[in-house]
Amino acid sequence: MAAPSQELLRSNPLPADTIQLSVTRYDPAQDAAPRQQTYEIPYRDDMVVLDALNWIKTHMDGSVSYRWSCRMGICGSCGMNVNGTPRLGCSVFLRDYLPGPVLVEPLPNFPVIRDLVIDMTSFMEKLSSVKPWVISNGQEPALAAGEHRQTPAQVEQYRQFSMCINCMLCYAACPVIAIEPHFVGPAAIALARRYDLDSRDHAGQDRLRTVTGSDAIWDCSFIGECSAVCPKGVDPAKAIQQTKFESTLGMLLPWGGVSK
Amino acid sequence: MGGGLAGIRAAIAAAETDPKLRVAMVSKVYPMRSHTVSAEGGCAAVLREPDSFDGHAFDTIKGSDYLADQDVVEVFVREAPLEVIQMEHWGCPWSREPDGRISVRPFGGMTTWRTCFAADKSGFHMLHTVFQTSLQFANIERLDEFFVTSLITEDGRCEGVIGFDMRSGEVRSLAARAVILATGGNGRIYAFTTNGAICTGDGMALAYRAGVPLKDMEFVQFHPTGMPSTGILITEAVRGEGGYLTNAEGERFLERYVPNKMELGPRDIISRAMVTEFEAGRGLKGEYGDYMNLDVRHLGSEVINRKLPFMRELMGEYMGIDIVTDPMPVRPVEHYMMGGIDTDASGRTPMPGLYAAGECANAGINGANRLGSNSLPECLVFGAAAGRAAVHDARGVKAPGSNPIAGLVKDETRRIEADFLGRSSGTERVGEIREDLQKMMDAQVGVFRTGDGLKTAVKELAELRDRFARLKLDDHSRTFNTELVTALELENMLDGAETIIESALARQESRGSHARRDFPDRNDEKYLAHTLAYHTRGAKPRLEYRPVRITQWQPQARSY
Ligand SMILES: Cc1cc2nc3c(=O)[nH]c(=O)nc-3n(C[C@H](O)[C@H](O)[C@H](O)COP(=O)(O)OP(=O)(O)OC[C@H]3O[C@@H](n4cnc5c(N)ncnc54)[C@H](O)[C@@H]3O)c2cc1C
Ligand code: SF4
Ligand code: FES
Repeated sequence: MAAPSQELLRSNPLPADTIQLSVTRYDPAQDAAPRQQTYEIPYRDDMVVLDALNWIKTHMDGSVSYRWSCRMGICGSCGMNVNGTPRLGCSVFLRDYLPGPVLVEPLPNFPVIRDLVIDMTSFMEKLSSVKPWVISNGQEPALAAGEHRQTPAQVEQYRQFSMCINCMLCYAACPVIAIEPHFVGPAAIALARRYDLDSRDHAGQDRLRTVTGSDAIWDCSFIGECSAVCPKGVDPAKAIQQTKFESTLGMLLPWGGVSK
Repeated sequence: MGGGLAGIRAAIAAAETDPKLRVAMVSKVYPMRSHTVSAEGGCAAVLREPDSFDGHAFDTIKGSDYLADQDVVEVFVREAPLEVIQMEHWGCPWSREPDGRISVRPFGGMTTWRTCFAADKSGFHMLHTVFQTSLQFANIERLDEFFVTSLITEDGRCEGVIGFDMRSGEVRSLAARAVILATGGNGRIYAFTTNGAICTGDGMALAYRAGVPLKDMEFVQFHPTGMPSTGILITEAVRGEGGYLTNAEGERFLERYVPNKMELGPRDIISRAMVTEFEAGRGLKGEYGDYMNLDVRHLGSEVINRKLPFMRELMGEYMGIDIVTDPMPVRPVEHYMMGGIDTDASGRTPMPGLYAAGECANAGINGANRLGSNSLPECLVFGAAAGRAAVHDARGVKAPGSNPIAGLVKDETRRIEADFLGRSSGTERVGEIREDLQKMMDAQVGVFRTGDGLKTAVKELAELRDRFARLKLDDHSRTFNTELVTALELENMLDGAETIIESALARQESRGSHARRDFPDRNDEKYLAHTLAYHTRGAKPRLEYRPVRITQWQPQARSY
């Protein structure tokens, strides 16, 4: 992502003293429906949306609920909708939304547990469903025999699909999930591809079938919303496209097989 | 308990050792959120000639300033390669040589190239690999977003844990024949840290309050290269790949401190060199205080993109700096807890039924200063060992009865209600007490320490505890109450901080990461020993010392 240079930041005429955030609040025990609550907080140029939420929680209102941990865009906890777009709260700067207010909502396409905290149970099940582990052919070398040889080019085959941080932004952006919640979805398909393309894996068509077993994948029309919002360049749309291609090939060629 | 690298490795080891066992993997966050995910640089192991076990062992022991237990280090270096290969078989995307073998890179304090890596996202790839692998074990049951608040003990044995499901708020118990703590570090006790929000030392505090000693808590590692604004880590691999550290005069100042190692010197020494330079007025001045430049421009964009892509991404995103054309500003940052729950080489704590592994534990390999890239393999080696030992020991133990446990659950529910959720009389904000604790630790218990500073810390900690007793929560909900979690974590942080401060005050010498201005030399006669901090009711911890175990490497002056 292109970030403004230090000079640009310094020459920015603004610095407003404060900025407003409008945050979705919802506690099922008290609220019939979600509502927005506005907070005005001190503004700094280098503040990300997560910093703003943390400021609110520390100094103004300890009851605002959201998930976070690493604050460096790698743990995948802090997905939220910022001004209508799924983003990582720790990687999106307030300065890009001046003068505010900034609208902060839970990720769409998921049930909400509380405030910005969504229910990710179904996502976890979808991940497991694609058998995201190395399926061996029973001829695994013993540990003492050392590593499999895998050339840098072979790593390159699956590397992109191994970069997913499970942030679920692509599910929030996916038009198919919005209509068909059971769709296994972009990240899980990318994960299936990650193992199918790994030279150490011997799943054959096994994993592919679990992914293409439901019809939903054929409803995906390559709008590519998932890849557009992905903060890690995983390109799940490409994985979906490859999966459909492999699956069609599998139907044409009786011996199937996954091209690596 | 714990879904990081150590916890998942332990769960798999237990599940494999006895497939008929029920293994619960409990974690306050979904496992892939655990802070292992942020490890960047790599994982050390002796993979091939000309490297040797003795080489890795000696580097580790010298790095520890001779406070490591040498018998445990020897076990560690022998097991580490097997674990790295196991990770490879499970699909870890290690970076490779052209011939397909796992690549290694140089790392600080290691005398040869022995650090395996997956670009500069090693921890991320290792964590996702073990987590995904664990999904195939039907006998591992996950309890995600379950916050553990206490250990169940009966007649000196650990028989399970009590905690609450964050989503429903329901307090429940998990009775168990063995409990493994793999709850990670406590870096969040400091304000300027590379650690994520979850690193609050919960497991250490639970074990401590249950009577298990915390070992060597005064040893806190400060990493030389943190991003000044956020504390985000700039991996040591940047120096491993050839980056230079320069001061305000553009000089590679390490020349004066670690001339033979330069940028590849150990972390404690480089962090002290930087602070010393700052004090001499040779730091660069920035909005967040003094800093140094870390320069990789001479490596060129090809090497940077292949080996350090995440560093380019992070610096671009958070500082607006392209590391191909500009140096990175860095300053020392709290990074790793050497101290932890006292265990042996199999992860057994002194309490039967209780095991510990990973950053929350202290098996004795890190001593006074951990070498970079030794803790990911530590999580693997001792996580696996603890998993196996727990299964082995549990065989003869009968399952705990449910009667006393039901009573304990009631007590814990009442405590959470009375002390936190239901309390309306308090005045203190949990977030503000936590911030003040963090600032105090940065100021008084940092890279350099003094007796006076530590005494101030004792006094200020007592004030923070008073304020904690007057806590008032804004959030009284049972549903996903993160403020309640923060308050319980703060309680654990206060206990952790106390053991750090008291252990540091009592160790009147300088060794590894523990640098006392008033006692600048190492004192082997008195302190070639581990500090053991025991909890006492209402008073400061009781300290004992245990001699270091030496096999073949006699303590020498530590120069690089
Ligand atoms: C930025 C950074 C970079 C690093 N780079 C390297 C490197 O390159 N090489 C290296 O060797 N080391 C590195 N380290 C150190 C290393 O990553 C850690 O020491 C190691 O990953 C810790 O793993 P762990 O499994 O012990 O704990 P964690 O991964 O922190 O996991 C702790 C687990 O315990 C659970 N838990 C905690 N408390 C509770 C509770 N109360 N109830 C329920 N569950 C709980 C959490 O949910 C979590 O799942 C780095 C550390 C940092 C911070
Ligand atoms: S594919 Fe991208 S957007 Fe989707 S979960 Fe993974 S990292 Fe997030
Ligand atoms: S807090 Fe970890 S990705 Fe944002």
